[in-house]
Amino acid sequence: MNAELLGVIVMFVGTLLLALPLGRYIAKVYAGDGVWTDAIFNPIERLFFKISRINPLNEMTWKQSLKALLTINLIWFLWAMFCLTNQSWLPWNPDHIASQSPDLAFNTAVSFLVNCNLQDYIGESGASYFTQTFALMFLQFVSAGTGMAAAAIVFNALRERTTDKLGNFYNYFLKSCTRILLPICIFIAAIHIFNGTPMTAKGMDTMITMQGDTVHVSRGPVAAFVAIKHLGTNGGGFYGANSAHPLENPNYLTNMVQMISQILLPFAMVFAMGIYLRRKKLAWVFWSVMTIGFLMLVVPTMITEINGNPALAKMGIAQPGGNMEGKEVRFASYATAFWSIATTVISTGSVNGMHDSFMPLSGMNMLLGMMINSFYGGVGVGFLNFFIYVILAVFIGGLMVGRTPEFLGKKVEAKEMKIAMIVALLHPFLILAFTAISSYLAAHDANMGWWFTDAAGKHNATGWFNNPSYHGFSEMLYQYTSASANNGSGFEGLADNNPFWNISAGIILLFSRYLPIIGPVAIAGIMAQKKFIPESGGTLKTDTGTFGLLVFAVKIIIAALAFFPALALGPIAEWFSK
Amino acid sequence: MKRQDKSGLFQGGIVTEALKQSFVKLNPKILFRNPVMFTVEIGMFIMLAVCIWILTGETHQGSFAYNFIIFIILLLTLLFANFAEALAEARGKAQAASLRKTREETPAKKVVLMGDIFLNEVQIIPSSQLKKGDYFICEKDDIIPTDGEIVEGIATIDESAITGESAPVIRESGGDKSSVTGGTKILSDKIKVKVTTEPGESFLDKMIALVEGATRQKTPNEIALNILLAGFTLVFVIVCITLHPFAAYSKTPIAISAYISLFVCLIPTTIGGLLSAIGISGMDRALRANVIAKSGKAVETAGDIDVLLLDKTGTITIGNRKATHFHTAHGVDEKYFIKCAALSSMSDDTPEGKSIIELAGVNPQSYNVDSPTFIKFTAETRSSGIDFGTTKIRKGAYDTMRKMVEKAGNVFPPTTTNDVNKISMNGGTPLVVIENNSVLGVVELQDIIKPGIQERFERLRKMGVNTVMVTGDNPLTAKYIAEKAGVDDFIAEAKPEDKMDYIKKVQATGKLVAMMGDGTNDAPALAQADVGVAMNSGTAAAKEAGNMVDLDNDPTKLIEIVEIGKQLLMTRGTLTTFSIANDVAKYFAIVPALFIVSIPALKGLNIMGLKSPESAILSAVIFNAIIIPMLIPLALKGVAYKPIGASALLRRNLFIYGIGGIVLPFIGIKLIDLIVGVFM
Repeated sequence: MNAELLGVIVMFVGTLLLALPLGRYIAKVYAGDGVWTDAIFNPIERLFFKISRINPLNEMTWKQSLKALLTINLIWFLWAMFCLTNQSWLPWNPDHIASQSPDLAFNTAVSFLVNCNLQDYIGESGASYFTQTFALMFLQFVSAGTGMAAAAIVFNALRERTTDKLGNFYNYFLKSCTRILLPICIFIAAIHIFNGTPMTAKGMDTMITMQGDTVHVSRGPVAAFVAIKHLGTNGGGFYGANSAHPLENPNYLTNMVQMISQILLPFAMVFAMGIYLRRKKLAWVFWSVMTIGFLMLVVPTMITEINGNPALAKMGIAQPGGNMEGKEVRFASYATAFWSIATTVISTGSVNGMHDSFMPLSGMNMLLGMMINSFYGGVGVGFLNFFIYVILAVFIGGLMVGRTPEFLGKKVEAKEMKIAMIVALLHPFLILAFTAISSYLAAHDANMGWWFTDAAGKHNATGWFNNPSYHGFSEMLYQYTSASANNGSGFEGLADNNPFWNISAGIILLFSRYLPIIGPVAIAGIMAQKKFIPESGGTLKTDTGTFGLLVFAVKIIIAALAFFPALALGPIAEWFSK
Repeated sequence: MKRQDKSGLFQGGIVTEALKQSFVKLNPKILFRNPVMFTVEIGMFIMLAVCIWILTGETHQGSFAYNFIIFIILLLTLLFANFAEALAEARGKAQAASLRKTREETPAKKVVLMGDIFLNEVQIIPSSQLKKGDYFICEKDDIIPTDGEIVEGIATIDESAITGESAPVIRESGGDKSSVTGGTKILSDKIKVKVTTEPGESFLDKMIALVEGATRQKTPNEIALNILLAGFTLVFVIVCITLHPFAAYSKTPIAISAYISLFVCLIPTTIGGLLSAIGISGMDRALRANVIAKSGKAVETAGDIDVLLLDKTGTITIGNRKATHFHTAHGVDEKYFIKCAALSSMSDDTPEGKSIIELAGVNPQSYNVDSPTFIKFTAETRSSGIDFGTTKIRKGAYDTMRKMVEKAGNVFPPTTTNDVNKISMNGGTPLVVIENNSVLGVVELQDIIKPGIQERFERLRKMGVNTVMVTGDNPLTAKYIAEKAGVDDFIAEAKPEDKMDYIKKVQATGKLVAMMGDGTNDAPALAQADVGVAMNSGTAAAKEAGNMVDLDNDPTKLIEIVEIGKQLLMTRGTLTTFSIANDVAKYFAIVPALFIVSIPALKGLNIMGLKSPESAILSAVIFNAIIIPMLIPLALKGVAYKPIGASALLRRNLFIYGIGGIVLPFIGIKLIDLIVGVFM
């Protein structure tokens, strides 16, 4: 076996081995059992709760939890907007970076708030250290904490009893940040510092290259930023080039650490559910469904990338390293291909290569990863998305065995179906509708006025393409898919820092973040209030391979097939036209 | 139903009626209730407009013939779906009509109130004018005009018109057999009946309305499924509408017919078209089993039942106990004991008494006893017997007999006590026979468990339904029979309120309970149970309390009802799966056809090798249409239910309807394309 492939396998297996004990630890945190980190954080937490006058033992209904979640998110949004539009005069700005324009600030604030990190700005020149640390890094922590807290509410609601009290949202949120995210982040950041990632308050450095040019090198509190960027599946890089940048991701070891840290929590949350609900087998079924989906995307992508570009092959150019366009030599094809799919099935969206330069089929697989958005998915929210498909599969499967559908002893009825269907529909609706609008504008080369101006000062819609034709279509589709999946990666060929793309993507981000949190929490909350029905011989068993297959099929048919015509006009057409 | 015809689904008269209705149902106002088919109708009207547009000179939409064919296929799709529903309704109606025949205007002998007292002044009025609370009189050969309760008299009644059972039944005032049904015929005697229902509201009337579809309300599961289907329809509205700007960007003009075809093929028309037919035929199947469900919901709930409460007598065991063995007391001649046992049962009309004579194998008349006096069983003496000359023979329960014997100063032989205990332990009932207060022996009565009942319980257990036996027997006997019959639990020495308590207790754990009952004292329990099946012979109160009425008075009917309920849900689930799975092949037929002209490279997606874009689209739409009538028999008969456990059932159905649903349209569309290709 070659070393590159071995590296990829070690990353995957290593993550699994770490995720199992972590899942147990997370289950304990949410169940309120003591964990070793309590000794450090309990006193600090008590102070927090005292100041904010929150009683963490005061249990909330699902509606109260959602109200708390949305309110606190709104406050964070306002804080981020303030930082971004005023960073020029705010402290800790050694490189004198200007404030962001309102539309860019909106896009940036929203995309960090919703755990997406669609970066239409460039880190080195678009955000001060103050903004990076107190607005963006802060949001990376709390947005991950929000997702995890929402998942914790759903775990609580799925327990075998009838109640409307589902724990305290603030308690879940704070515990997610302090007991889970913070300790692991400190560890990850330390590894990065030892491998050369900057962690400093000083401004740009200047050096003279061997050619004799003077080069300015951006630095800053990078190591801290990179840790939560991956652990919280945020993906927003400190530098514009993200994890392809040599200071953000210096070597193969840091690459492995970043890879493991981004898949770690999505794995662990599934196992945490299994332990929390005492349904380990169910957790393994869910994890297997996710893994099979992941493998079906990652294996073809790796093969495609290793085989190289057929256009170059036709010209007689040997490609021993595979398709190396847009890839870093220190990571090479296997690790970059693996990363590209991992980062898209999970809602990280960090990149260690340029997705635009992948083969069309690989691009399609990245798109599919985001369209399905629950083969692991983001921290907390990945499980919530998966939960929606489980509800749909339970409904169809329940009918198929001749019984009113039920999941974990609770009936699934019209109200739950309505919510599940709305959430399931939202994703294709947002992606297709907005891509349709941009396609329409591009097809008619519309005059965009204020909404869009290209480098030459023209307002034509086609000006936002660097690559027209099928690839241009893929770029638009990718941008909105990435926004709707709260992923944040980009096919970078698109000129997206302008009011049109900033605002339209911002709107998608808000809808696609909050409805898929509200929906599952509401479904679980309503189900929690229902009578618990013990399992009988006629009950549909959800912890079986057959049910896993059904969930998988429902996902493919709802999420993937709805995009088939769009994919046919983008990556598939490009692939067949090679 | 015994008198039920089994002559297939498509009978002449019914089909003609259904065909007519298929067109009537095209009315958008009616179709609006079914969102999936309503959108197909919109598509059809758009295609009609396109056809007219082409006739007026439009040239970019393809040939008139091609567009018109698509219009016709969409029309057929709608007609097929309407036909399925109409056929189910027509079958229900035919079923109802045969019952209604019995309810045609019959003259009723109404008792008219005169002053403060009832005089037997009788007025002949049409039965439709009888109101609730009226009294009427029925004599020999009269047809009972409407449902009611006997207040005076006893009569033998021929209920074959309702139950199909030819043996006449006895109905009398008071007790649990006081109810009479309209349309049945008096064979003897005279009764006075109080009307219990308003005209047009009797059980039969209600049921007729239900199966005719007029008052059919959507069940909770049906509503949830409709949401799912509406959701799927919406997804494809989005897919098809957004395709237009995508195509414009790619400079790929797509004809309107192609959009409409793609849309109609992708939305779940198969299940959408068959959904109401499935619901109606579920009610119809219940009716064919001779069960009147008061609502579709009741049938559906039956599929969810976890616990089944069954009376022992008549359900688990054959009617009554039978004598199986004579245990002679020590020192008594066996033949003599048997003779006395037979004599004591000479005038005993109970099935137990008859079975003793049967077991003895003699005719007690042949003993020629002189001027015998028969002692009837009373609740006080708890024994029965015969006196002749100086001989007094008694038979009765062990404790009563022991008291009698010991009161007379005799010893109750310990061997007989042993026998008694042994019989009780084996689930039997001991009857002690004494002559002049000395013990002769014990007759062992045993419950005879119905043949095949164990298998039925096993089948239920595999369905996930637990059975509970309700009996008045002592716990020892009950336990024995419960084990022998294979029920999961039992209620011994049950009083009517015990049933109620048990149901409440089980329901509190979240389980659904079904029970069957006939007496007035069953009514509260019937109302409490999630599915309460009242026997048609039962009291009006019982029938009112339950949500189903079994016309056959067959206690094992519950088992069939559970299967009908499960079948109903399964048929919906499997056809939904099938319908959605079909989309995979349809995508691969239509998507390449949409783009292939402008983007020839996409011919790689045409994995079925369909001849041309037009033939591909036509084949997909034709397949989509004809699959509906092909599945009508399945929708009406229901998917076969196999009690193999939920997991195995899911595996089986997922394999047949899921994998089958993916593979079949690939084959079907390819075959249709081969045929269509000949003409294009």
